Amino acid sequence: MTTPILEIRNLHARIEDREILKGVNLIIPPGEVHAVMGRNGSGKSTLSYVLAGKEDYEITEGEVLLDGENLLEMEPAERAAAGLFLAFQYPIEIPGVATMTFLKAAMNAQRKARGEGELSTPDFMRAVKTAGTDLHIDTDMLKRPLNVGFSGGEKKRAEVLQMALLQPKMCILDETDSGLDIDALQVVSKGVNALRNAGRSMLVITHYQRLLNHIIPDVVHVFSDGKIVESGDKSLALQLEAKGYADFDNAAA
Amino acid sequence: MADYDDIPTLKDNIDRATVDSVLALDVDKYKYGFETDIESDMAPKGLSEDTVRFISAKKNEPEWMLEWRLEAYRRFLTMTEPSWAKVHYPQIDLQDMYYYAAPKSSPAPKSLDEVDPALIAMYDKLGVPLREREILAGVERPNVAVDAVMDSVSVVTTFREELSKVGIIFCSISEAIREYPELVQKYLASVVPVSDNYYATLNSAVFTDGSFVYIPKGVRCPMELSTYFRINEKKTGQFERTLIIAEADSYVSYLEGCTAPMRDENQLHAAVVELVALDNAEIKYSTVQNWYPGDKDGKGGIYNFVTKRGDCRGVNSKISWTQVETGSAITWKYPSCILRGDGSRGEFYSIAISNGYQQVDSGTKMIHLGKNTSSRIIAKGIAAGFSDNTYRGQVSAHAKAKNARNFTQCDSLLIGDKCGAHTVPYIESRNGTAVFEHEATTSKISDDQMFYCQQRGLNEEEAVALIVNGFVRDVLQHLPMEFMVETQKLISISLEGSVG
Repeated sequence: MTTPILEIRNLHARIEDREILKGVNLIIPPGEVHAVMGRNGSGKSTLSYVLAGKEDYEITEGEVLLDGENLLEMEPAERAAAGLFLAFQYPIEIPGVATMTFLKAAMNAQRKARGEGELSTPDFMRAVKTAGTDLHIDTDMLKRPLNVGFSGGEKKRAEVLQMALLQPKMCILDETDSGLDIDALQVVSKGVNALRNAGRSMLVITHYQRLLNHIIPDVVHVFSDGKIVESGDKSLALQLEAKGYADFDNAAA
Repeated sequence: MADYDDIPTLKDNIDRATVDSVLALDVDKYKYGFETDIESDMAPKGLSEDTVRFISAKKNEPEWMLEWRLEAYRRFLTMTEPSWAKVHYPQIDLQDMYYYAAPKSSPAPKSLDEVDPALIAMYDKLGVPLREREILAGVERPNVAVDAVMDSVSVVTTFREELSKVGIIFCSISEAIREYPELVQKYLASVVPVSDNYYATLNSAVFTDGSFVYIPKGVRCPMELSTYFRINEKKTGQFERTLIIAEADSYVSYLEGCTAPMRDENQLHAAVVELVALDNAEIKYSTVQNWYPGDKDGKGGIYNFVTKRGDCRGVNSKISWTQVETGSAITWKYPSCILRGDGSRGEFYSIAISNGYQQVDSGTKMIHLGKNTSSRIIAKGIAAGFSDNTYRGQVSAHAKAKNARNFTQCDSLLIGDKCGAHTVPYIESRNGTAVFEHEATTSKISDDQMFYCQQRGLNEEEAVALIVNGFVRDVLQHLPMEFMVETQKLISISLEGSVG
């Protein structure tokens, strides 16, 4: 059996005294796209932050393997270099740092961590050009400071651009559809779909089925009160959309 | 879709430099802290009339210069140390210090071949490009002429012949006093009077060397002029004096760099820099100050008490100060512009970084005297560790300064919660047509910004360096290329250990 890209076993996490993740189990084999759906406050975003290594959370139990490696022992930057990417729900502004500068710094930092040489400027430019074209990202946008004054659509496109350039194994998309109109949603989804391949897995976190019409998942999980309470194929998302989350809350109780 | 190839290469260089600086992070925190073993010729310890006479004699100065110094010394005896700056330090014992130290290799070298090889090796270590021939052969920095000052003496000035072809004088101030007395007498202390302040007066009495630049009418200086100052001897004060005169319709860009060895006692540095810009002339003065800041517990380091002032004496003249302050235990420095000529313009761009126990009290003065004068101030202070970082600035408009304009922007960035940032602006206007704007912000590097950068693969120090470089970008753009690259590295190095 091939090693899953992501394997989460009985993961518990808390912030201060409040337990938010209460025993998450999830296996994502290579090439699969899994959706996690759940209502606001169910702990979906916490799951993405815990996987990426945000400091505020304390892991009390469980383990996480990224391509067979112990993820929870790594620093956030090491997780990134090992191939974990989080597309933020609210991308952070970095004033004064041109998007282009940021992209190059990130790519080279990861290359350095993996013991690879620095990217040459022409190679970098070529990579940005290739990835940027489909996402409708022009030179002007790349010269602007990252996320500063970006529209909702621009922020999400910039996230997908970073994902395309960093070539992660495991992509976590946290509410990527929030703040997007239908046109922007199509551009972003197209960008994400273009990155699907046999070696790369994705975890798409959303509370609307709408996104899953564009990024079609292999598996859908329902998240409630800090854990996965139901899994199924893409039809589960439609079922949720029709009935709401109430039934699953009972299952969690 | 726009072509990506038209993104200026300048930016690529910056990016590369950022990466280089990241790679260089594991070097010693203060990599210039070596001491060079060179025999030196020193004045007797302590400050006295005899010390002043000794210095003047060592320099073979004319009688008028000695008198000028002695007058300054007598004035100095009547003055007391100022205490208004937000800096704290034990009383400096002016008697426990040497006022003159010269590397022993006299008589003055005529060419690089005659300079002590140990000195050349030292400047090599500092990355100062003294090797004219290599430079001329096109190896590196082809456009910088250098005056290197060690302790008290100007060691060597490069590219003089090339500059003299267009009538530019670039030499040590000691030489200028001997060779161009009429220019020196006309302009010395015409911007910073002898009794301007405690440290300036002390400097006037005991200054030992520095650079002199004269740009004739209508000449645009074909290369960057640069001075590198280094304090090497123990217990030596460095008192340099720089005078730059730009005649009508001329232009010059001048760079200044500073380093010192690591020592656990404090050393005093009290410089005076005077700039004079005549009609339509422009002077751009850039400093990267990286004197030894002291160790992590605040022991040692340079006390940097500097008076820098430019006089926009002619109509439509322009003086621009750009400074990057990362070193010194204490920095007390306010490069200023007197906007005397109608239509003249003053600019001040500053990056002041403090870490450890450093104390910075720095800013500028823009004194609007002429009509339609304008000034612009952009000051970025970054405080980390246990440091204190104060911006102190004055903008004033005289009654005759019709339509004076100023824009000031002061931004402070705090790293950690043990440091302080302070902004003390003084604004006064004596006429109703002046328009002064002042904007100030204080911010912290947020945990969210750090996490975001780390999620993309940058480690903590790389993330801080990137965010700080973004914070100072408005100012970095005003630095000459050579310094821009150096500065980005310096920023990373000086903030090392500020997180985690």
